[in-house]
Amino acid sequence: MSKVKKTIKVIKINADLCNGCRACEVICSAFHASPKYSVNNPARARIRVVFDPVKNIYVPVYAGGYMAAECMGRDKYLIDGKEYEECAFCRSACPSRDAFKEPDSGLPLKCDMCEDDPPQEEPLCVQWCLADALTYEEREEEVDEELELDDMETGLRALADKYGFQNIVDAVARMSQKDEI
Amino acid sequence: MRYAETGYNLEIDLSTGNIEKVETDPKLTELHLGGLGTNAKIMWDRVPPEIEPFSPDNLLIFSSGLLGGTPAPAANRTIVTTISPQTRLVAFSMMGGFFAPELKFAGYDKVIIRGKSPGLVYLWIKDDEVEIRDASHLQGKGSLETSELIKQELNEPKAQVASIGLAGENRVYFSSIEHSRSSASRGGLGAVMGDKKLKAIAVRGTKDINIARPEEFIKLCNEVLQYIQWRADNPIKHVPPILAGLGSPQEMAIHDEEWHTTAFSWGNARYRRKDFWTEEVEKEWTKVQEGAVERLISCYNCPMKCGAVISYPSQELSKYMMKCYSKLTYVMGAMADDLEFGFRIAGLAQAYGVDGFSAPQVMAFAVELYENGILTDEDMPDFPADNEGRFFYLLEKIVRREGIGDVLANGVYWAARQIGKGAEEYDHNTIKKHEQIPIKLGMLNPIFFLLLATGEKINITQIEGQLPQAPFPNPEDRKEFVKDWIQAPSDRIKEFFLKWEPRGEYSFPFYPDFQTACELVEWQETMHYIDDALGLCAGLSSFPIKPPYHINNLPQIISAATGLDIDRDELWNKIIKRNRNLIRAANVRRGLRRKDDKPPQDHWRKRFPEHEAKLLDEYYKFKGWNKEGIPTKETLEGLGIGYVGEDLEKRGIYNEQSEEND
Repeated sequence: MSKVKKTIKVIKINADLCNGCRACEVICSAFHASPKYSVNNPARARIRVVFDPVKNIYVPVYAGGYMAAECMGRDKYLIDGKEYEECAFCRSACPSRDAFKEPDSGLPLKCDMCEDDPPQEEPLCVQWCLADALTYEEREEEVDEELELDDMETGLRALADKYGFQNIVDAVARMSQKDEI
Repeated sequence: MRYAETGYNLEIDLSTGNIEKVETDPKLTELHLGGLGTNAKIMWDRVPPEIEPFSPDNLLIFSSGLLGGTPAPAANRTIVTTISPQTRLVAFSMMGGFFAPELKFAGYDKVIIRGKSPGLVYLWIKDDEVEIRDASHLQGKGSLETSELIKQELNEPKAQVASIGLAGENRVYFSSIEHSRSSASRGGLGAVMGDKKLKAIAVRGTKDINIARPEEFIKLCNEVLQYIQWRADNPIKHVPPILAGLGSPQEMAIHDEEWHTTAFSWGNARYRRKDFWTEEVEKEWTKVQEGAVERLISCYNCPMKCGAVISYPSQELSKYMMKCYSKLTYVMGAMADDLEFGFRIAGLAQAYGVDGFSAPQVMAFAVELYENGILTDEDMPDFPADNEGRFFYLLEKIVRREGIGDVLANGVYWAARQIGKGAEEYDHNTIKKHEQIPIKLGMLNPIFFLLLATGEKINITQIEGQLPQAPFPNPEDRKEFVKDWIQAPSDRIKEFFLKWEPRGEYSFPFYPDFQTACELVEWQETMHYIDDALGLCAGLSSFPIKPPYHINNLPQIISAATGLDIDRDELWNKIIKRNRNLIRAANVRRGLRRKDDKPPQDHWRKRFPEHEAKLLDEYYKFKGWNKEGIPTKETLEGLGIGYVGEDLEKRGIYNEQSEEND
């Protein structure tokens, strides 16, 4: 496999500065709506703020990869005497919870760093975080070239995991006969 | 498709258990926007004056605003409306936090509660599924504890909960509805909730809110955020630090309490302590506050950090949340001198769910009656000798309605009349039967006179705003202030400010002229009514000086969000006037008259009865009201709500003989 230059985009999360306003969820869901900004719904956001004021817990977490199966066990973190809920820091859309899934289709969501044309200076959540809990950094790295699944393929893969590959193929065939697509 | 709003209300009848999802008429949005505007319309239509506050037919409305839950920063207020048991008028207190946006995401603009449940219940709304659930196990639980327990039993950590504490359950006339770090606390709304036996409402929503003109709208939202950032670096000069920035006064971040402690009154709104704030006090209070505040926190989609997580080991839960001035109201009411006491008692009071303005005033009033022999040891057995102990004692009695607490739980006005023996003399800081912020000043301020006298929110911080509270002595500073005053409604207002002096010809009470005073007052009031219809926080709009939302950009913001084309004239002179007059008329129907339009009796030392009467006359005329402060038939017809005037006429209200003018 050949090496390629890749820009690594990093959102630095300073949980101590998070004020729990969830503006990141708001603007994320608005930006990813179609047409852009036409709809707003934090349940569709690719970032969520895990927060529990009574325990003084505030953690912004981004949607990462999709997982077909849930983990064998669950974890809890104890940091500075505070117990963080199961899977609090996990970025995956997985069968064990409803985080990072489209509320109506159940399809997984993933942070794309607000890819846009022309490109945004920073992901929108960073732009809207006036508390500076979220800041943005870029760096160059040499990595192995690799094919990335696009959104549709990720979605199809999730559906195939859920319903079986053959059922998906059958359904697509039926739908195309009925001229639904 | 409906934009910004969901187009649905949830109608709940607690007597029958009936739950209905009702589509609303889009025409009403054009006429009243949403929030307080449409609440006022519902109250007018469905709650005639014969209905008592504790009647099953009284409504309790939890409403989002028209912009609530959209990306517009700080559009998060929940506007709660009902008939107040204390004032017997329409009460419309509000709270920040996360409740209103969540309600919108569940698919509803409002929850309208009627009837009375036989047993204690709570309401659980999850998108289309709505359920009335038993709450008998939550009886007597603190407000925050209730919300934690409900989230746990539903296994819904993202649910938002509004709840009452023991005070609401016991129908204390100044009990609050608590949610997160916020509370809808003015007017005793919690008592109506308790009377309906509704312990809490929990909501979780996962639906969309649509925006009509997305590109334009988001651009305007970005401008708001940029202005907030600019203002953070450019505080207003020549005003106290607490008023220099945006948001609700930044009480949790700022330690300098010179302004509150020396300008406001202590005890039963009696004593100014101009030399209270010393270096020693500042050092001690800073230490206490830094020890108590764990984190500064915000409401939904707002960058301001007006609230804080407070950690105090003596609380029901180890932590609670606080904002603004409630850390001081108990301290100053009790003459306690000790900020630590403030944090301790405020946490407990919040758990019980009482209003942080009224409760300390009522308790200070009781202490004064005791010290003057009107209340005795017979009324207050085992009454402690120390100020702090007395306040804890009274709080426990009031929220349980135990002994004298049962009388005090009705607030200063009613308690004074129940106690008699001259107690009425000590009721000197209420307006329309409602306790006020304890401010006692020297010279009559004609602008605040009108705001205090005629404002039906009956709470000065929710009536005034945007105008510096005092003139800048140096003319050059005024010029500089006016240069980038994009929020000003007109050049006339700028001219007023440029000429305004602390002393001489251009000073209070005879400056400004009547017309300008009326314009200033209406502008400030209008801004609050806009916020309350949109669900915007006053902290980024109607309250602070030079806020990011103002009369000159809001019409565009509303239009882009909703697709309605509303210009400034339509917004101010039609919609907001309509809403304002609807509230006024609903209260007139409940007996509100000119005699009730008064500031607290000794708010200023120097009063000018003739000038004040003339101010009121001119303001009524300016508003299109008659000499009794009643909107005329013509005014109401001109606003397209002629049916309101017909109702007032049918009730014979226009034919009454005025007591004062005869």
